[in-house]
Amino acid sequence: MNAWQTWIALWTLVTKEVRRYMRIWPQTLLPPSITMTMYFIIFGNLIGSRIGPMDDIDYIDYIVPGLIMMAVITNSYSNVASSFFSNKFQRSVEEMMVSPMPNWVILAGFVVGGASRGLAVGLIVTVVSMFFTDLSIHHPWVTIGVVIMTALLFSIGGFINALVAHKFDDISIVPIFVLTPLTYLGGVFYSIHMLPAFWQGVSMVNPILYMVNAFRYGILGVSDIPVGGALVAIAVFIVVFFAVGLWMLDRGKGIRS
Amino acid sequence: MAEPALSIRGLTKVYGNGFHALKGIDLDVAEGDFFALLGPNGAGKSTTLGVVSSLVQKTGGSVSVFGIDIDRDFAKAKYHLGVVPQEFNFNQFEKVEDIVLTQAGYYGMPMREAKPRAEQLLRDLGLWDKRKGSARMLSGGMKRRLMIARALIHRPRLLILDEPTAGVDIELRRSMWEFMKRINREGTTIILTTHYLEEAESLCRNIAIINHGDIVQNTSVRDLLAQLNTETFLLDLARPVETAPELEGFSVERVDATQLALSVERGQRLNDAFEQFSAQGFEIVSMRNRANRLEEMFVSMVEHANAESGRSTDKVEVRS
Repeated sequence: MNAWQTWIALWTLVTKEVRRYMRIWPQTLLPPSITMTMYFIIFGNLIGSRIGPMDDIDYIDYIVPGLIMMAVITNSYSNVASSFFSNKFQRSVEEMMVSPMPNWVILAGFVVGGASRGLAVGLIVTVVSMFFTDLSIHHPWVTIGVVIMTALLFSIGGFINALVAHKFDDISIVPIFVLTPLTYLGGVFYSIHMLPAFWQGVSMVNPILYMVNAFRYGILGVSDIPVGGALVAIAVFIVVFFAVGLWMLDRGKGIRS
Repeated sequence: MAEPALSIRGLTKVYGNGFHALKGIDLDVAEGDFFALLGPNGAGKSTTLGVVSSLVQKTGGSVSVFGIDIDRDFAKAKYHLGVVPQEFNFNQFEKVEDIVLTQAGYYGMPMREAKPRAEQLLRDLGLWDKRKGSARMLSGGMKRRLMIARALIHRPRLLILDEPTAGVDIELRRSMWEFMKRINREGTTIILTTHYLEEAESLCRNIAIINHGDIVQNTSVRDLLAQLNTETFLLDLARPVETAPELEGFSVERVDATQLALSVERGQRLNDAFEQFSAQGFEIVSMRNRANRLEEMFVSMVEHANAESGRSTDKVEVRS
């Protein structure tokens, strides 16, 4: 395929993915905004007012970046995992396999499509948060860079999960047993400085802590960890995960007999 | 000399469970041919076509499409291939039109080129009125035609049809035959697998029979039928009979009170049999082949191959 044909193929796949989640928006875009509204009301307004400031910041302001990031992570991941697995299940993945589209385009198409849903939900949650607090962004480029990189990273993760999955249960195991605990323990609702030294050390091996804190730094200007290191770590993870996903596709893991 | 549309050499496939689906098959399909690949269930037809269309990874051997080795440049070879699989393999919740246009996009076709092409195909295949509806609302026959439209959107030179008329009613099947004949006349090489041997006999010029992963016959339909030594005809009688008559030089069996089965060897004249029937007072009102001619050939060939290899002679499934 020449560059123009490759671009058309990539654009086709991305728009197909966007069309898919837009068609079922009551399942894909609406629930996260309702859930996050509940978080803002309960943790932000009702309980947050009794907790007091965190790192000298109002509690509701403190949790906004973490909640946005939580929505981005779960939606990016689950969009690609469910969409690609559905393609496998319905065998419509064969439409792509018989075409001359390179494997990297297939991977990139799903990843960009999934990341776009994560970012769309993140934007909705941000708009919802504005009903509860005045949001001002300290470092816009860091904010945008971190949220895009995080959406891409978890979209790739969802793709790899879908490749190895044999049944629908297999694409819910990682979000339930890995992503949700790591996100809750990744400093969404608290500063790790509140933890005993041992648990602070344990928290430092949680990759989501770095993303949440880097994003919080972008919005609020405060972070529990060095932001530069976090950005580099996320970028490295993206490259490694993309390479693994591509390697699996090239070998037909989970899609070719 | 023109490159064959498809050239397969020593193709082997061993699945993860150790099953040898293909045991080193060789096959050539000339450009412009209408070629049938026949065989009982599990013989290796779909595996062969799966390798050609990249859905199955081969274990060994080589495959070339119009001279392009798939191990060297599969992407280029894929431009020449259109694939209609056995099972429905599209997103049932998408619109009919979107399924065809999306496939065009996967081949890098710009929308201004893809839209008129999709319209032409959907009209030709009687799906234009359904283009805005969800694919799951289509009947089984329409879904098969949708897969044909999708496979042809990028103007492939070689179309692979894996049982395209399975489960399709007779009227629709015949209209699909006409469509396939037309695109073949227009230059598209077609490879067809089917259980309907009547379909292979009436559409295809050349034929290969695959059984237990080996090609047991690869010839023209005409030559294959010429090998048929015996044909059996069912004769409907005007009046019931108790026993079958004895005819000199012919074998006759009583099927039921009003039907006889007459076996005719190659070289024998039907007139001789009818003269003897008339002389004995039998009045025959109609006659037909007991089975499709190709079907008889196919069954005997596969059973012969099974017997030679010492395998159990499983009933060979055919539908006519």
